[in-house]
Amino acid sequence: MGYALDFGWLNGAIGMIASGAVMTVFLIVVTSIAGTLLSIFGAIGRRSRHAILRKLVAGYVELIRNTPFLVQLFFIFFGLPRFGIRLDPVTAAILAMTLNMAAYSTEIVGAGLDAVPKGQSEAAKALGLRPRTIFIKIILPQALKVIFPALTSQIVIMMLESAVVSQIAVRELTYEADMLQARTFRAFETYFVVTLVYLGLSIALRKLLYTAGRRSIAGGMA
Amino acid sequence: MIEFTFWDIARNLLLAARWTVLLSIVAFAGGAIFGVAILLARISKRKWLRRSAEYYIGLFQGTPLLMQLFLLFFGLPLLGFRIEAWTAAVLGLTLCASAFLAEIWRGGVQSLPSGQWDAGSSLGLHYVAQLRLIILPQAFAITRAPTVGFLVQLIKSTALTSIIGFEELVRTSNAINNATFEPFTVYGLVALIYFVLCYPLTRYTKKLELRAAQR
Repeated sequence: MGYALDFGWLNGAIGMIASGAVMTVFLIVVTSIAGTLLSIFGAIGRRSRHAILRKLVAGYVELIRNTPFLVQLFFIFFGLPRFGIRLDPVTAAILAMTLNMAAYSTEIVGAGLDAVPKGQSEAAKALGLRPRTIFIKIILPQALKVIFPALTSQIVIMMLESAVVSQIAVRELTYEADMLQARTFRAFETYFVVTLVYLGLSIALRKLLYTAGRRSIAGGMA
Repeated sequence: MIEFTFWDIARNLLLAARWTVLLSIVAFAGGAIFGVAILLARISKRKWLRRSAEYYIGLFQGTPLLMQLFLLFFGLPLLGFRIEAWTAAVLGLTLCASAFLAEIWRGGVQSLPSGQWDAGSSLGLHYVAQLRLIILPQAFAITRAPTVGFLVQLIKSTALTSIIGFEELVRTSNAINNATFEPFTVYGLVALIYFVLCYPLTRYTKKLELRAAQR
């Protein structure tokens, strides 16, 4: 063998890893919120009376779902400047992640909306509530309750996928790992530690969303 | 400087797409074979086997594929294996696919009523024969839609192997982009090629889902 694992570099590297992890968390928090909000509009558009809007949203969803995130990211970061839209890496990453997340969760939110029995909106209408109030107060909370597990999985998947944004030099966890291994020449150990950090993050994120969801959404409903 | 016409770009990208397709097929086949092994462990009667398979699946589903590829690419040479980007790519995607496929199929196995196992036993079939003749065929049939859906996921994941230096579609497109400075055209075409590869499979998945829902 002749190779001894060495984690001696780790002491001086904790700061870098932590700041990378903070960036990763920041990206996923912004993306989850923006992506979920956008996907609510997407799901509404998907069920609109106007055929053009329906087709447009469906086309967007299919386009995103059938191309790799890495290519979407490169397209936004390298391709858009051609039209004078020059984004800094973090903005480009957030935009790409949000658009990607929104496409997947449009389907999820849509499934949730369809799962709410029709009688709910009819009852609300009979009580004289306005359409917007019916949607926000009656339909959406019930839909969110149904889809919360699926949405949680999607957010975790997105967090793992965000490793790719290191490729456009966003200083998140993977980027810091690349920098560290170039400095320490301990590639395997570096990526091993960072992989564990990702694993911890995804377990923690899942737990957090699960408990938060059960408290606020399911609890609020009961 | 060499001039690239649109067709030069398109032709080179299409040639590179062959590697994306090949990698997807090899990884899916390897993932399916290895995935069955993980599935068998996951539904085994022995607790330690079940646990190990559960951790294996959790590990691959809880860490970024990019990290898995890096670990293989940098880790295997430490164990004395000479490794190229192609090997690391195939191995990484195969392992990852096996975890996801095993989890999909486990859902299929567990959705079968236990009467299926009982009926197998009452016919005098032993465990392996029950699995081979009764349980697995049904489990695969039920989960055909998510399995094809995962293939789409896998095709898209091959893009990540460009980062460890495997010359597939994205890596070639980066090189062409550096030579032509036409990122909009290049990445637009790359997206189009992936779309053409994935969309028919997505449609097929939808069809399978509809058929399953009608039953």
